[in-house]
Amino acid sequence: MLSIAIPIAFALVGTAFTLTLWRLLIGPSVPDRILALDTLAVNAIALLVLFGIAQDSAVYFEAAILIALMGFVGTVALCKYLLRGDIIE
Amino acid sequence: MIELLTSILILTGALFTFIGALGLVRLKDFYCRLHGPTKATTLGVGSLLLASSLWFSTRGTGLSLHELLVTLFLFITAPVSAHLLAKAALHLRLKSLAPAPESETSGT
Repeated sequence: MLSIAIPIAFALVGTAFTLTLWRLLIGPSVPDRILALDTLAVNAIALLVLFGIAQDSAVYFEAAILIALMGFVGTVALCKYLLRGDIIE
Repeated sequence: MIELLTSILILTGALFTFIGALGLVRLKDFYCRLHGPTKATTLGVGSLLLASSLWFSTRGTGLSLHELLVTLFLFITAPVSAHLLAKAALHLRLKSLAPAPESETSGT
């Protein structure tokens, strides 16, 4: 059962990655691109968790936590730069 | 039984991740597009992490609670970053498809 579900899930998340990259490329405004980068981080977490289940190993969660942290910090820094023209005032 | 439940949760999560990205590409203006990926964050990654937690908890090595950390962190930070993105978009005066509200003096 799991051997059918995991390849389908990989295909869906991979397509989601491609679509988000497309929005990152064409995004007409800067907040669109920041949103696409944030979504890329979330998709990367999904892909890592899936890979952890597929490989039956728990070492990928540390990477997932790090990507969640860095994605949030990056989004906040970019938004703050757009809002105030500076990151740390 | 556990395997079936894990498979269903994995498929739900992957489907919602895909729908979130589809919304990001297809919706018309930025304020609509902000709506799509939040579904990918909460429902998509949430149920994927739940599936992972279920799978590793029934492997015989005890409870697996790493996933809860990621879930908690994502659920706390998703609204904050969405709020900041909306604030930045309003600050840049991005075009919205919604009609402008009536001015306060013309009403009542």
